[in-house]
Amino acid sequence: MAGKTKTLKTNRKELLNLYREMLLIRRFEEKSGQLYGMGLIAGFCHLYIGQEAVVVGIKAVIDEDDQMITGYRDHGHMLACGMDPKGVMAELTGRSGGYSRGKGGSMHMFSTEKKFFGGHGIVGAQVPIGAGLGLANKYLDNGQISVTFFGDGAANQGQVYEAFNMAKLWDLPTLFVIENNQYAMGTSIKRASAQTELYKRGISFGIEGVQVDGMDVLAVRDATIKAAKHARSGKGPMIMEMMTYRYRGHSMSDPAKYRTREEVKEVREDHDPIDMVKNRLIKEEWADLDSLKAIDKEIKAIVNEAAEFAKTSPEPDPSELWTDVLLEVEA
Amino acid sequence: MAVDIQMPALSPTMEEGNLTKWMVKEGDEVNSGDILAEIETDKATMEVEAVDEGIVGKILIGEGSENVKVGTVIMQLLEDGEDESALSAPAAPAETATPEPEAVTAPAANSASAPAKSAPKPDMDLPTNVKMVETSVRDALRDAMAEEMRRDEKVFVMGEEVAQYQGAYKVTRELLSEFGEKRVIDTPITEYGFAGIGVGAAMNGLRPIVEFMTWNFAMQAIDHIINSAAKTLYMSGGQMRCPIVFRGPNGAASRVGAQHSHDYSSWYANVPGLKVVAPYDAADAKGLLKSAIRDPNPVVFLEHELLYGEMFDVPDMDDFLVPIGKALVRREGSDVTIVAHSRMVGRSLEAAIELEKQGISAEIVDLRTIRPLDTETVLNSVRKTNRIVCAEEGWGQSGIGAEISAVVTSEAFDYLDAPPARVHQKDVPLPYAGNLEALSLPNSQDVVEAAKAVCYRD
Repeated sequence: MAGKTKTLKTNRKELLNLYREMLLIRRFEEKSGQLYGMGLIAGFCHLYIGQEAVVVGIKAVIDEDDQMITGYRDHGHMLACGMDPKGVMAELTGRSGGYSRGKGGSMHMFSTEKKFFGGHGIVGAQVPIGAGLGLANKYLDNGQISVTFFGDGAANQGQVYEAFNMAKLWDLPTLFVIENNQYAMGTSIKRASAQTELYKRGISFGIEGVQVDGMDVLAVRDATIKAAKHARSGKGPMIMEMMTYRYRGHSMSDPAKYRTREEVKEVREDHDPIDMVKNRLIKEEWADLDSLKAIDKEIKAIVNEAAEFAKTSPEPDPSELWTDVLLEVEA
Repeated sequence: MAVDIQMPALSPTMEEGNLTKWMVKEGDEVNSGDILAEIETDKATMEVEAVDEGIVGKILIGEGSENVKVGTVIMQLLEDGEDESALSAPAAPAETATPEPEAVTAPAANSASAPAKSAPKPDMDLPTNVKMVETSVRDALRDAMAEEMRRDEKVFVMGEEVAQYQGAYKVTRELLSEFGEKRVIDTPITEYGFAGIGVGAAMNGLRPIVEFMTWNFAMQAIDHIINSAAKTLYMSGGQMRCPIVFRGPNGAASRVGAQHSHDYSSWYANVPGLKVVAPYDAADAKGLLKSAIRDPNPVVFLEHELLYGEMFDVPDMDDFLVPIGKALVRREGSDVTIVAHSRMVGRSLEAAIELEKQGISAEIVDLRTIRPLDTETVLNSVRKTNRIVCAEEGWGQSGIGAEISAVVTSEAFDYLDAPPARVHQKDVPLPYAGNLEALSLPNSQDVVEAAKAVCYRD
């Protein structure tokens, strides 16, 4: 599990901002779970609760134009990218106000404006695509990097290593972020991986890797600053293994019988990424319980508004069935 | 007896080659492993090594000889103790080793020697007096890529052996020298990975051409072609573009066995979000590939190895484009419509000549694009001829012919005087043995017979 919390440098403004970002994801996902229970969200729905520090810590220090791409557990990444919670939630309910106008669903959302490249449902497929985003950055010489997120399960896919090889061979400006939440659906990493220290998976390609306490948003921040600098300076990719944990099941239909309640409880009580920031804010006297409660209230209002929008946004027009299959060829 | 050294076959498809240079002269002593000559094949220039030891007795084919048939004796080697008196008239070139089924030995079915010129293109607005240049399909594809790379900085090509090696089939020949390694990228042998990298590059603003050494190897990458490239525009509500061309040789080559001889036309034709193109002649290869590179959608471009070396007229124009999605009537006829694509167009044109001798006028529709399918051109033809034969190199079940038969029976049922007929590969993996391979693949005689059957002729 995540290592001991170190006291890393920060300030009031930064920490409050990180707190707010993580809390938005937490509350959004809790609401998603509720809406799923009410039958408003269908199909697969993978919640990010517990892993918030990973994406928030990374997004806080990369550039606005850097791209992000991930797998199916993508709601948190979209919110961190600044995508509108209303549009994300309306996509979860399959409505016309959703980012994909209801045609993508939980696992398939994108925002060209916010440089979020999905939202991919095939485990591991986003890894070569993310390397390809990096190839385009290098080709266009635009100074941008791509950040490719995948899980400990995807880390066993063959195409990940094909992508590692080419990313290093061509020194593509890309970061490979392994969100190691310990379970690939119901299979623990020990039962699936011969080498469980995933940051070492790049050694045979000469890709530097670091293991990071993914429950500590400041540790994520610091590791990302270094890694992004590495990738942006032309030295090629880096692997960051984020040690993290998901509190909920793999998806909404997962009873999570493969782990004990005590294990989950221990992480929630001792390593929760949001509580850790909260405690620090209070300890440093940058906030008190009342002001934090006010932030929570504010965020709940945003999430409730998103949920309301997602419930009332109309279903896509039947004519939408036939749109967006192919683009017209310009004359 | 002197040893006859024959023109060797240096690739699965080589039928003849050019003897560019002799590295030995008469009277030289040669040892096993010495280089005897340089031979230029359709793909590469290769060195021929000596297998036997001896003295070069007589060189029979001089330097610079072109189109020397495989099996021709090019030199005679004197073995230990022999002198010139051992030299004798060389044996005639070996007959094709494989006894082929009758159908293939019918003159009309021999595609290697049949003139395969394009028919006039009635649907194309070519300027008057446009010059035609005889070009191989291989060079037409190359020219298409080169022209588009000159036109748009964002177009690049990646794949196995595309750069330094000049292309496994020489389709990317000389692109590296003109465009440099940034735009002509050799990849490791890792189809799944580089197909995905291509998709990511396309989503992030580039226009990749991803070459698969053959479409058989693209099976490793089909996930990215379908799940990542074809579906993303729809799943993103129209936001995420993926302008990419996946191209390479498709279908049967020659004696390369089941894993290297698969026609994937119907596989990709099944997928909305893709365009699927399968040209026959060099002009279409060029014009359609240029259109594919400019297309804002993912395009699967199915070439045919056995057509790469065939020569056709290509209009000498600055910007020769053939639109995707339009079939072409290559030969007009009144008795039966034969629909084909890729190499089966050539077989069907041969069949039409044979059918004409037997008093049957066949109309040949070259689909050119498999998706979107130009059903209108097919239906118009059937409404005229009232009979249809669908010819394809792939398997029959769920094939292109099955699709066209369904379209024709549902939309032109009243016009049909006979049930649609299909010509396709036999329902087995393609065998290696020459006779079995020939039995498995559809040929022009199969088309002739199917056409006669729908015309109710014996």
